[in-house]
Amino acid sequence: MDLQKITFRINGQVWQGQVHPMKRLLDTIREDIGLKGTKEGCGEGECGACTILLDGIPVMSCMVPTCQADGHEITTIEGLESQGQLHVMQKAFLQEGGAQCGICTPGMILSATAYMQHPEIAQTWANALSGNLCRCTGYTKILAACSSAQKDSCCHHCDSKTTPDC
Amino acid sequence: MRTNIAEYSMISCGSLVQALEAMDQTPNPIPFAGGTDLMVYLHFGKLPIGTYLNLHSVPELRSKIEITDQEVILHGLTTYMDVYTHSFFKSEMPILQQAASVVGAIGIQTRGTWVGNIGNASPAADGVPALMLYDADLVLASRQGQRRVFLADYYQGYKKTVRLPNELILEIRIPRQKINTNSFVYYRKVGERNAQAISKVLLAARLEFWPSQTIKDIRIVYGSVMPYTYRMKKLEQHLLNQHITPQLIAEAVHWVGHDLKPIDDIRSNAKYRRKVAQNLMEEFLTQAQANVVFSEGK
Ligand SMILES: Cc1cc2nc3c(=O)[nH]c(=O)nc-3n(C[C@H](O)[C@H](O)[C@H](O)COP(=O)(O)OP(=O)(O)OC[C@H]3O[C@@H](n4cnc5c(N)ncnc54)[C@H](O)[C@@H]3O)c2cc1C
Ligand code: FES
Ligand code: FES
Repeated sequence: MDLQKITFRINGQVWQGQVHPMKRLLDTIREDIGLKGTKEGCGEGECGACTILLDGIPVMSCMVPTCQADGHEITTIEGLESQGQLHVMQKAFLQEGGAQCGICTPGMILSATAYMQHPEIAQTWANALSGNLCRCTGYTKILAACSSAQKDSCCHHCDSKTTPDC
Repeated sequence: MRTNIAEYSMISCGSLVQALEAMDQTPNPIPFAGGTDLMVYLHFGKLPIGTYLNLHSVPELRSKIEITDQEVILHGLTTYMDVYTHSFFKSEMPILQQAASVVGAIGIQTRGTWVGNIGNASPAADGVPALMLYDADLVLASRQGQRRVFLADYYQGYKKTVRLPNELILEIRIPRQKINTNSFVYYRKVGERNAQAISKVLLAARLEFWPSQTIKDIRIVYGSVMPYTYRMKKLEQHLLNQHITPQLIAEAVHWVGHDLKPIDDIRSNAKYRRKVAQNLMEEFLTQAQANVVFSEGK
Protein backbone atom coordinates (compact mmCIF):
# COMPACT_ATOMS: atom_id res chain seq x y z
CA MET A 1 0.00 0.00 0.00
CA ASP A 2 1.22 3.47 -0.90
CA LEU A 3 2.08 5.92 1.78
CA GLN A 4 -0.05 9.02 1.96
CA LYS A 5 0.96 12.62 2.39
CA ILE A 6 -0.40 13.76 5.75
CA THR A 7 -0.34 17.30 7.13
CA PHE A 8 -1.44 18.44 10.57
CA ARG A 9 -0.46 20.86 13.30
CA ILE A 10 1.08 19.35 16.38
CA ASN A 11 1.79 21.50 19.43
CA GLY A 12 1.35 24.58 17.29
CA GLN A 13 3.72 23.55 14.51
CA VAL A 14 2.86 22.25 11.08
CA TRP A 15 4.04 18.70 10.46
CA GLN A 16 4.02 16.96 7.10
CA GLY A 17 5.08 13.43 6.29
CA GLN A 18 4.53 10.32 4.19
CA VAL A 19 2.73 7.80 6.36
CA HIS A 20 0.70 4.63 5.89
CA PRO A 21 -2.87 5.90 6.32
CA MET A 22 -3.72 3.15 8.79
CA LYS A 23 -0.65 3.65 10.96
CA ARG A 24 -1.77 4.40 14.50
CA LEU A 25 -1.48 8.09 15.28
CA LEU A 26 0.30 6.95 18.46
CA ASP A 27 3.09 5.40 16.35
CA THR A 28 3.30 8.37 13.99
CA ILE A 29 3.72 10.69 16.97
CA ARG A 30 6.35 8.53 18.66
CA GLU A 31 8.27 7.18 15.64
CA ASP A 32 7.91 9.69 12.82
CA ILE A 33 7.70 12.88 14.87
CA GLY A 34 9.85 11.62 17.73
CA LEU A 35 7.70 12.87 20.60
CA LYS A 36 7.89 10.15 23.23
CA GLY A 37 5.69 11.76 25.88
CA THR A 38 2.65 9.92 24.51
CA LYS A 39 2.74 6.40 25.98
CA GLU A 40 1.38 3.03 24.95
CA GLY A 41 -0.20 0.90 27.64
CA CYS A 42 -2.75 -1.51 26.24
CA GLY A 43 -3.00 -0.62 22.55
CA GLU A 44 -6.73 -1.40 22.66
CA GLY A 45 -8.44 1.77 23.86
CA GLU A 46 -8.75 0.71 27.50
CA CYS A 47 -6.03 2.47 29.48
CA GLY A 48 -5.76 6.05 28.21
CA ALA A 49 -1.93 6.18 28.40
CA CYS A 50 -1.94 7.25 24.73
CA THR A 51 -4.45 10.10 25.22
CA ILE A 52 -3.82 13.18 23.09
CA LEU A 53 -6.01 16.16 22.26
CA LEU A 54 -7.40 16.19 18.73
CA ASP A 55 -8.85 19.65 18.07
CA GLY A 56 -8.81 20.14 21.85
CA ILE A 57 -10.80 16.99 22.65
CA PRO A 58 -9.26 13.90 24.31
CA VAL A 59 -8.95 10.81 22.13
CA MET A 60 -7.00 7.56 22.46
CA SER A 61 -4.25 7.87 19.84
CA CYS A 62 -3.96 4.07 19.56
CA MET A 63 -7.51 4.10 18.12
CA VAL A 64 -6.92 6.77 15.46
CA PRO A 65 -5.46 5.89 12.04
CA THR A 66 -3.07 8.67 11.01
CA CYS A 67 -5.06 9.60 7.89
CA GLN A 68 -7.89 10.78 10.17
CA ALA A 69 -5.62 13.42 11.69
CA ASP A 70 -4.97 15.01 8.30
CA GLY A 71 -5.81 18.71 8.48
CA HIS A 72 -6.42 18.64 12.25
CA GLU A 73 -4.76 20.10 15.33
CA ILE A 74 -2.99 17.84 17.83
CA THR A 75 -1.75 18.59 21.33
CA THR A 76 0.51 16.15 23.17
CA ILE A 77 1.93 16.50 26.64
CA GLU A 78 4.98 18.26 25.15
CA GLY A 79 2.71 21.03 23.89
CA LEU A 80 1.05 22.00 27.16
CA GLU A 81 3.73 24.29 28.54
CA SER A 82 3.97 27.77 27.16
CA GLN A 83 7.09 29.94 27.09
CA GLY A 84 8.92 27.61 29.41
CA GLN A 85 6.11 27.69 31.98
CA LEU A 86 4.38 24.46 32.88
CA HIS A 87 0.60 24.37 32.52
CA VAL A 88 -1.31 24.79 35.82
CA MET A 89 -2.35 21.14 35.61
CA GLN A 90 1.27 20.01 35.26
CA LYS A 91 2.27 22.18 38.23
CA ALA A 92 -0.57 20.75 40.30
CA PHE A 93 0.48 17.17 39.50
CA LEU A 94 4.00 18.07 40.65
CA GLN A 95 2.84 19.74 43.84
CA GLU A 96 0.33 17.10 44.86
CA GLY A 97 2.50 14.11 43.95
CA GLY A 98 0.07 13.07 41.21
CA ALA A 99 2.70 10.99 39.39
CA GLN A 100 4.48 7.84 40.56
CA CYS A 101 5.98 5.78 37.71
CA GLY A 102 4.62 8.41 35.33
CA ILE A 103 3.32 6.16 32.56
CA CYS A 104 -0.28 7.27 32.93
CA THR A 105 0.62 10.89 33.68
CA PRO A 106 0.71 12.47 30.20
CA GLY A 107 -2.69 11.02 29.36
CA MET A 108 -4.08 11.85 32.78
CA ILE A 109 -2.95 15.48 32.52
CA LEU A 110 -4.30 15.90 28.99
CA SER A 111 -7.70 14.44 29.93
CA ALA A 112 -7.78 16.70 32.98
CA THR A 113 -6.90 19.90 31.09
CA ALA A 114 -9.50 19.09 28.45
CA TYR A 115 -12.15 18.68 31.15
CA MET A 116 -11.16 21.98 32.71
CA GLN A 117 -11.67 23.65 29.33
CA HIS A 118 -14.79 21.70 28.35
CA PRO A 119 -16.77 20.99 31.54
CA GLU A 120 -19.69 19.84 29.40
CA ILE A 121 -17.97 16.58 28.44
CA ALA A 122 -18.39 14.86 31.83
CA GLN A 123 -20.22 15.25 35.11
CA THR A 124 -17.43 14.76 37.61
CA TRP A 125 -13.65 14.51 37.70
CA ALA A 126 -14.01 10.76 38.21
CA ASN A 127 -16.06 10.48 34.98
CA ALA A 128 -13.65 12.71 33.11
CA LEU A 129 -10.72 10.48 34.05
CA SER A 130 -12.48 7.11 33.96
CA GLY A 131 -10.68 6.17 30.74
CA ASN A 132 -7.26 6.85 32.25
CA LEU A 133 -6.03 3.97 34.36
CA CYS A 134 -3.20 4.39 36.84
CA ARG A 135 -1.37 1.12 37.42
CA CYS A 136 0.29 2.66 40.49
CA THR A 137 -3.25 3.48 41.71
CA GLY A 138 -2.38 7.01 42.74
CA TYR A 139 -5.95 8.19 42.20
CA THR A 140 -6.34 10.13 45.43
CA LYS A 141 -3.41 12.38 44.62
CA ILE A 142 -4.39 12.62 40.97
CA LEU A 143 -7.86 13.88 41.94
CA ALA A 144 -6.32 16.23 44.51
CA ALA A 145 -4.11 17.66 41.75
CA CYS A 146 -7.14 18.20 39.52
CA SER A 147 -9.05 20.11 42.19
CA SER A 148 -6.01 22.17 43.04
CA ALA A 149 -5.43 23.12 39.37
CA GLN A 150 -9.10 23.98 39.13
CA LYS A 151 -8.85 26.38 42.05
CA ASP A 152 -5.65 27.93 40.72
CA SER A 153 -7.10 28.59 37.29
CA CYS A 154 -10.45 29.89 38.51
CA CYS A 155 -10.68 33.69 38.38
CA HIS A 156 -13.15 33.69 41.32
CA HIS A 157 -14.83 36.69 39.76
CA CYS A 158 -17.81 35.12 38.10
CA ASP A 159 -20.61 33.11 39.64
CA SER A 160 -21.43 31.20 36.49
CA LYS A 161 -20.25 27.88 37.95
CA THR A 162 -19.44 26.73 34.46
CA THR A 163 -16.41 24.73 35.50
CA PRO A 164 -16.38 21.77 37.88
CA ASP A 165 -15.68 22.80 41.50
CA CYS A 166 -15.93 26.46 40.47
CA MET B 1 0.56 -4.68 17.78
CA ARG B 2 0.27 -8.06 16.08
CA THR B 3 -0.49 -6.74 12.61
CA ASN B 4 1.55 -5.70 9.60
CA ILE B 5 -0.33 -2.65 8.33
CA ALA B 6 1.44 -2.80 4.96
CA GLU B 7 -1.10 -5.50 4.03
CA TYR B 8 -3.98 -3.04 4.28
CA SER B 9 -5.11 -0.11 2.23
CA MET B 10 -7.22 2.82 3.28
CA ILE B 11 -8.77 5.22 0.82
CA SER B 12 -10.10 8.72 1.38
CA CYS B 13 -12.79 10.40 -0.72
CA GLY B 14 -13.70 14.06 -0.96
CA SER B 15 -17.46 13.61 -1.33
CA LEU B 16 -20.32 11.20 -0.75
CA VAL B 17 -20.71 10.59 -4.49
CA GLN B 18 -17.09 9.48 -4.70
CA ALA B 19 -17.45 7.38 -1.55
CA LEU B 20 -20.47 5.53 -2.97
CA GLU B 21 -18.59 4.93 -6.22
CA ALA B 22 -15.70 3.51 -4.22
CA MET B 23 -18.11 1.31 -2.23
CA ASP B 24 -19.35 -0.17 -5.52
CA GLN B 25 -15.96 -1.60 -6.46
CA THR B 26 -15.09 -5.28 -6.17
CA PRO B 27 -14.16 -6.33 -3.59
CA ASN B 28 -16.21 -3.77 -1.69
CA PRO B 29 -14.22 -1.61 0.69
CA ILE B 30 -15.08 -1.78 4.39
CA PRO B 31 -16.35 1.46 5.95
CA PHE B 32 -14.05 2.89 8.61
CA ALA B 33 -15.68 5.41 10.99
CA GLY B 34 -14.26 6.21 14.46
CA GLY B 35 -12.16 3.05 14.47
CA THR B 36 -12.90 2.17 18.10
CA ASP B 37 -13.98 -1.31 17.06
CA LEU B 38 -11.81 -1.75 13.96
CA MET B 39 -8.54 -0.59 15.58
CA VAL B 40 -9.01 -3.15 18.35
CA TYR B 41 -9.30 -5.91 15.72
CA LEU B 42 -6.21 -4.48 14.03
CA HIS B 43 -4.28 -4.59 17.29
CA PHE B 44 -5.14 -8.24 17.86
CA GLY B 45 -4.39 -9.30 14.27
CA LYS B 46 -8.10 -9.95 13.65
CA LEU B 47 -8.86 -7.20 11.14
CA PRO B 48 -9.66 -8.74 7.74
CA ILE B 49 -7.03 -7.77 5.16
CA GLY B 50 -8.49 -5.52 2.50
CA THR B 51 -9.36 -1.99 1.54
CA TYR B 52 -10.98 0.37 4.03
CA LEU B 53 -12.84 3.59 3.31
CA ASN B 54 -11.96 6.47 5.63
CA LEU B 55 -15.39 7.96 6.35
CA HIS B 56 -13.85 11.00 8.06
CA SER B 57 -12.85 12.16 4.59
CA VAL B 58 -16.52 12.40 3.51
CA PRO B 59 -17.89 15.86 4.44
CA GLU B 60 -21.57 14.83 4.23
CA LEU B 61 -21.07 12.26 7.01
CA ARG B 62 -19.57 14.89 9.31
CA SER B 63 -22.75 17.03 9.32
CA LYS B 64 -24.05 18.24 12.66
CA ILE B 65 -27.06 16.69 14.39
CA GLU B 66 -30.28 18.00 12.81
CA ILE B 67 -33.56 18.48 14.63
CA THR B 68 -36.72 19.04 12.61
CA ASP B 69 -40.35 19.17 13.74
CA GLN B 70 -40.75 15.47 13.03
CA GLU B 71 -37.40 13.86 13.61
CA VAL B 72 -33.83 13.95 14.84
CA ILE B 73 -31.12 13.08 12.36
CA LEU B 74 -27.78 11.64 13.45
CA HIS B 75 -25.27 11.46 10.61
CA GLY B 76 -22.70 8.81 9.77
CA LEU B 77 -20.02 10.29 12.01
CA THR B 78 -22.14 11.59 14.90
CA THR B 79 -20.31 10.54 18.08
CA TYR B 80 -21.58 9.67 21.55
CA MET B 81 -20.09 12.95 22.79
CA ASP B 82 -22.05 14.93 20.16
CA VAL B 83 -25.26 13.56 21.66
CA TYR B 84 -24.10 13.82 25.27
CA THR B 85 -23.28 17.52 24.97
CA HIS B 86 -26.36 18.49 22.92
CA SER B 87 -29.02 20.09 25.10
CA PHE B 88 -31.95 18.74 23.06
CA PHE B 89 -31.60 15.14 24.21
CA LYS B 90 -31.82 15.80 27.92
CA SER B 91 -35.52 16.54 27.81
CA GLU B 92 -36.78 14.57 24.85
CA MET B 93 -34.55 11.50 24.50
CA PRO B 94 -32.73 11.14 27.82
CA ILE B 95 -31.94 7.49 27.22
CA LEU B 96 -29.76 8.39 24.24
CA GLN B 97 -27.71 10.62 26.52
CA GLN B 98 -27.55 7.98 29.18
CA ALA B 99 -26.39 5.40 26.63
CA ALA B 100 -23.76 7.86 25.35
CA SER B 101 -22.38 8.24 28.86
CA VAL B 102 -22.04 4.49 29.56
CA VAL B 103 -20.07 3.65 26.41
CA GLY B 104 -16.39 3.09 27.23
CA ALA B 105 -14.94 6.30 28.64
CA ILE B 106 -14.51 9.89 27.43
CA GLY B 107 -11.76 9.10 24.89
CA ILE B 108 -14.03 6.46 23.29
CA GLN B 109 -17.15 8.64 23.43
CA THR B 110 -15.38 11.44 21.55
CA ARG B 111 -14.42 9.13 18.69
CA GLY B 112 -16.89 6.22 18.57
CA THR B 113 -20.00 6.73 16.43
CA TRP B 114 -23.61 5.57 16.73
CA VAL B 115 -23.47 4.25 13.18
CA GLY B 116 -20.29 2.30 13.99
CA ASN B 117 -22.10 0.74 16.96
CA ILE B 118 -24.85 -0.39 14.58
CA GLY B 119 -22.32 -1.50 11.94
CA ASN B 120 -20.26 -3.57 14.34
CA ALA B 121 -23.41 -5.59 15.11
CA SER B 122 -22.14 -6.76 18.48
CA PRO B 123 -24.79 -8.35 20.71
CA ALA B 124 -23.34 -6.19 23.51
CA ALA B 125 -23.80 -2.82 21.76
CA ASP B 126 -25.05 -0.18 24.21
CA GLY B 127 -26.05 2.48 21.69
CA VAL B 128 -28.25 0.23 19.54
CA PRO B 129 -30.83 -0.62 22.26
CA ALA B 130 -31.28 3.09 23.05
CA LEU B 131 -31.86 3.88 19.37
CA MET B 132 -34.25 0.96 18.98
CA LEU B 133 -36.19 2.11 22.00
CA TYR B 134 -37.00 5.34 20.16
CA ASP B 135 -37.98 3.56 16.90
CA ALA B 136 -34.92 4.68 14.95
CA ASP B 137 -34.86 4.24 11.19
CA LEU B 138 -31.70 3.91 9.07
CA VAL B 139 -31.00 5.54 5.73
CA LEU B 140 -28.81 3.21 3.67
CA ALA B 141 -27.17 4.62 0.55
CA SER B 142 -25.43 3.09 -2.43
CA ARG B 143 -24.66 4.26 -5.95
CA GLN B 144 -28.03 2.79 -6.95
CA GLY B 145 -29.99 4.98 -4.51
CA GLN B 146 -31.22 5.21 -0.94
CA ARG B 147 -33.57 3.10 1.15
CA ARG B 148 -34.86 3.18 4.70
CA VAL B 149 -34.78 0.25 7.08
CA PHE B 150 -36.16 0.06 10.59
CA LEU B 151 -33.31 -0.51 13.03
CA ALA B 152 -35.45 -3.17 14.72
CA ASP B 153 -35.44 -5.08 11.38
CA TYR B 154 -31.75 -4.52 10.60
CA TYR B 155 -30.33 -7.59 12.34
CA GLN B 156 -30.96 -11.10 11.05
CA GLY B 157 -28.69 -13.14 13.28
CA TYR B 158 -25.27 -12.97 14.92
CA LYS B 159 -23.36 -10.26 12.98
CA LYS B 160 -25.85 -10.70 10.12
CA THR B 161 -27.54 -7.55 8.85
CA VAL B 162 -29.62 -6.50 5.84
CA ARG B 163 -26.92 -4.07 4.65
CA LEU B 164 -25.61 -4.84 1.15
CA PRO B 165 -21.82 -4.83 0.75
CA ASN B 166 -21.89 -1.64 -1.34
CA GLU B 167 -24.12 0.30 1.06
CA LEU B 168 -23.17 2.89 3.65
CA ILE B 169 -25.34 3.77 6.60
CA LEU B 170 -25.82 7.45 5.89
CA GLU B 171 -28.14 8.61 8.67
CA ILE B 172 -30.10 7.50 11.70
CA ARG B 173 -33.52 9.12 11.85
CA ILE B 174 -35.45 9.12 15.10
CA PRO B 175 -39.07 10.32 15.35
CA ARG B 176 -39.60 13.15 17.88
CA GLN B 177 -41.07 11.89 21.15
CA LYS B 178 -44.15 13.11 22.93
CA ILE B 179 -43.10 13.52 26.54
CA ASN B 180 -45.71 13.57 29.27
CA THR B 181 -46.01 12.58 32.88
CA ASN B 182 -47.75 9.37 31.83
CA SER B 183 -44.58 8.01 30.27
CA PHE B 184 -41.65 6.21 31.85
CA VAL B 185 -38.23 5.34 30.40
CA TYR B 186 -35.73 2.80 31.71
CA TYR B 187 -32.15 1.95 30.71
CA ARG B 188 -29.90 -0.21 32.79
CA LYS B 189 -26.57 -1.70 31.82
CA VAL B 190 -25.18 -4.46 34.00
CA GLY B 191 -21.40 -4.86 33.64
CA GLU B 192 -18.23 -5.39 35.68
CA ARG B 193 -17.68 -1.75 36.51
CA ASN B 194 -18.97 1.66 35.46
CA ALA B 195 -16.40 2.67 32.86
CA GLN B 196 -14.73 0.64 30.10
CA ALA B 197 -16.89 -2.41 30.65
CA ILE B 198 -18.83 -4.35 28.06
CA SER B 199 -22.43 -5.14 29.05
CA LYS B 200 -23.44 -8.53 30.40
CA VAL B 201 -27.14 -7.71 30.25
CA LEU B 202 -28.89 -4.50 29.25
CA LEU B 203 -32.56 -3.57 29.27
CA ALA B 204 -33.85 -0.47 27.52
CA ALA B 205 -37.59 0.00 27.86
CA ARG B 206 -40.29 2.65 27.88
CA LEU B 207 -44.02 2.77 28.29
CA GLU B 208 -46.89 5.17 28.29
CA PHE B 209 -50.09 4.82 30.27
CA TRP B 210 -53.40 6.00 28.83
CA PRO B 211 -56.10 6.30 29.95
CA SER B 212 -54.98 6.38 33.58
CA GLN B 213 -53.20 3.11 34.36
CA THR B 214 -53.62 1.26 31.09
CA ILE B 215 -50.44 0.50 29.11
CA LYS B 216 -50.95 2.26 25.81
CA ASP B 217 -47.52 2.09 24.24
CA ILE B 218 -44.49 0.00 25.21
CA ARG B 219 -41.01 -0.90 23.94
CA ILE B 220 -38.79 -3.61 25.38
CA VAL B 221 -35.24 -4.03 24.04
CA TYR B 222 -32.59 -6.36 25.45
CA GLY B 223 -28.87 -6.01 24.77
CA SER B 224 -26.12 -8.63 25.38
CA VAL B 225 -28.61 -11.43 25.91
CA MET B 226 -29.49 -12.70 22.43
CA PRO B 227 -26.96 -12.92 19.55
CA TYR B 228 -28.06 -9.43 18.47
CA THR B 229 -29.95 -6.53 20.02
CA TYR B 230 -33.42 -7.94 20.54
CA ARG B 231 -36.75 -6.17 20.66
CA MET B 232 -39.43 -8.30 22.36
CA LYS B 233 -42.36 -7.41 20.13
CA LYS B 234 -44.57 -10.30 21.27
CA LEU B 235 -44.25 -9.42 24.93
CA GLU B 236 -44.96 -5.77 24.06
CA GLN B 237 -48.20 -6.91 22.36
CA HIS B 238 -49.13 -9.01 25.35
CA LEU B 239 -48.72 -6.14 27.80
CA LEU B 240 -50.66 -3.60 25.74
CA ASN B 241 -53.98 -2.43 27.18
CA GLN B 242 -53.30 -4.05 30.55
CA HIS B 243 -52.80 -2.63 34.03
CA ILE B 244 -49.57 -3.33 35.89
CA THR B 245 -50.44 -5.73 38.70
CA PRO B 246 -48.23 -8.18 40.61
CA GLN B 247 -49.83 -10.86 38.44
CA LEU B 248 -48.87 -9.06 35.21
CA ILE B 249 -45.31 -8.50 36.42
CA ALA B 250 -45.00 -12.21 37.22
CA GLU B 251 -46.28 -13.07 33.74
CA ALA B 252 -43.78 -10.73 32.08
CA VAL B 253 -40.90 -12.11 34.14
CA HIS B 254 -41.91 -15.66 33.23
CA TRP B 255 -42.19 -14.66 29.55
CA VAL B 256 -38.66 -13.22 29.58
CA GLY B 257 -37.42 -16.46 31.17
CA HIS B 258 -38.73 -18.74 28.45
CA ASP B 259 -38.57 -16.48 25.38
CA LEU B 260 -34.93 -15.39 25.66
CA LYS B 261 -32.24 -17.83 24.51
CA PRO B 262 -29.25 -16.14 26.12
CA ILE B 263 -25.71 -16.40 24.79
CA ASP B 264 -22.83 -17.97 26.72
CA ASP B 265 -19.54 -16.13 26.39
CA ILE B 266 -16.41 -14.96 28.16
CA ARG B 267 -18.30 -12.27 30.07
CA SER B 268 -21.14 -14.34 31.44
CA ASN B 269 -23.23 -17.46 31.00
CA ALA B 270 -26.77 -18.08 29.82
CA LYS B 271 -28.18 -18.91 33.25
CA TYR B 272 -26.93 -15.68 34.83
CA ARG B 273 -28.09 -13.62 31.87
CA ARG B 274 -31.59 -15.10 31.98
CA LYS B 275 -31.95 -14.40 35.69
CA VAL B 276 -30.65 -10.83 35.42
CA ALA B 277 -32.87 -10.17 32.38
CA GLN B 278 -35.85 -11.29 34.47
CA ASN B 279 -34.84 -9.11 37.40
CA LEU B 280 -34.52 -6.08 35.15
CA MET B 281 -37.99 -6.68 33.73
CA GLU B 282 -39.41 -6.82 37.23
CA GLU B 283 -37.60 -3.62 38.15
CA PHE B 284 -38.75 -1.81 35.02
CA LEU B 285 -42.44 -2.58 35.49
CA THR B 286 -42.35 -1.93 39.23
CA GLN B 287 -40.64 1.43 38.80
CA ALA B 288 -42.94 2.40 35.94
CA GLN B 289 -45.95 1.78 38.14
CA ALA B 290 -44.45 3.69 41.06
CA ASN B 291 -42.96 6.66 39.23
CA VAL B 292 -45.57 7.73 36.77
CA VAL B 293 -47.68 10.71 37.72
CA PHE B 294 -51.07 10.26 36.15
CA SER B 295 -52.34 13.46 34.66
CA GLU B 296 -55.92 13.79 33.54
CA GLY B 297 -55.91 16.21 30.61
CA LYS B 298 -54.06 15.34 27.42
C1 LIG C 1 -12.03 0.60 25.29
C2 LIG C 1 -13.32 0.42 24.55
C3 LIG C 1 -14.51 0.43 25.25
C4 LIG C 1 -15.72 0.28 24.59
N1 LIG C 1 -16.87 0.30 25.32
C5 LIG C 1 -18.05 0.12 24.69
C6 LIG C 1 -19.25 0.12 25.45
O1 LIG C 1 -19.24 0.32 26.67
N2 LIG C 1 -20.41 -0.09 24.78
C7 LIG C 1 -20.44 -0.29 23.42
O2 LIG C 1 -21.53 -0.45 22.87
N3 LIG C 1 -19.32 -0.29 22.68
C8 LIG C 1 -18.13 -0.09 23.28
N4 LIG C 1 -16.97 -0.12 22.55
C9 LIG C 1 -17.06 -0.41 21.10
C10 LIG C 1 -17.08 0.81 20.15
O3 LIG C 1 -16.55 1.95 20.78
C11 LIG C 1 -18.50 1.15 19.67
O4 LIG C 1 -19.10 0.03 19.07
C12 LIG C 1 -18.50 2.32 18.67
O5 LIG C 1 -19.81 2.78 18.53
C13 LIG C 1 -17.95 1.97 17.31
O6 LIG C 1 -18.01 3.12 16.48
P1 LIG C 1 -16.79 3.53 15.54
O7 LIG C 1 -17.20 4.74 14.80
O8 LIG C 1 -15.55 3.63 16.31
O9 LIG C 1 -16.76 2.26 14.58
P2 LIG C 1 -15.64 1.63 13.64
O10 LIG C 1 -14.67 0.86 14.43
O11 LIG C 1 -15.10 2.63 12.68
O12 LIG C 1 -16.58 0.63 12.81
C14 LIG C 1 -17.33 -0.39 13.46
C15 LIG C 1 -18.10 -1.20 12.43
O13 LIG C 1 -19.12 -0.44 11.80
C16 LIG C 1 -18.97 -0.42 10.40
N5 LIG C 1 -19.36 0.91 9.94
C17 LIG C 1 -18.91 2.09 10.42
N6 LIG C 1 -19.52 3.11 9.77
C18 LIG C 1 -20.36 2.56 8.86
C19 LIG C 1 -21.27 3.10 7.88
N7 LIG C 1 -21.43 4.42 7.71
N8 LIG C 1 -21.98 2.25 7.13
C20 LIG C 1 -21.83 0.91 7.31
N9 LIG C 1 -21.01 0.33 8.21
C21 LIG C 1 -20.27 1.16 8.97
C22 LIG C 1 -17.50 -0.73 10.16
O14 LIG C 1 -17.28 -1.27 8.89
C23 LIG C 1 -17.22 -1.70 11.28
O15 LIG C 1 -17.66 -2.98 10.94
C24 LIG C 1 -15.74 0.08 23.18
C25 LIG C 1 -14.53 0.08 22.46
C26 LIG C 1 -13.33 0.26 23.14
C27 LIG C 1 -12.05 0.28 22.37
S1 FES D 1 -2.57 2.50 24.73
FE1 FES D 1 -4.24 3.54 23.88
S2 FES D 1 -5.72 3.31 25.39
FE2 FES D 1 -4.15 2.05 26.14
S1 FES E 1 1.77 6.81 38.02
FE1 FES E 1 2.25 4.80 37.43
S2 FES E 1 0.57 4.31 36.18
FE2 FES E 1 -0.08 6.11 37.09
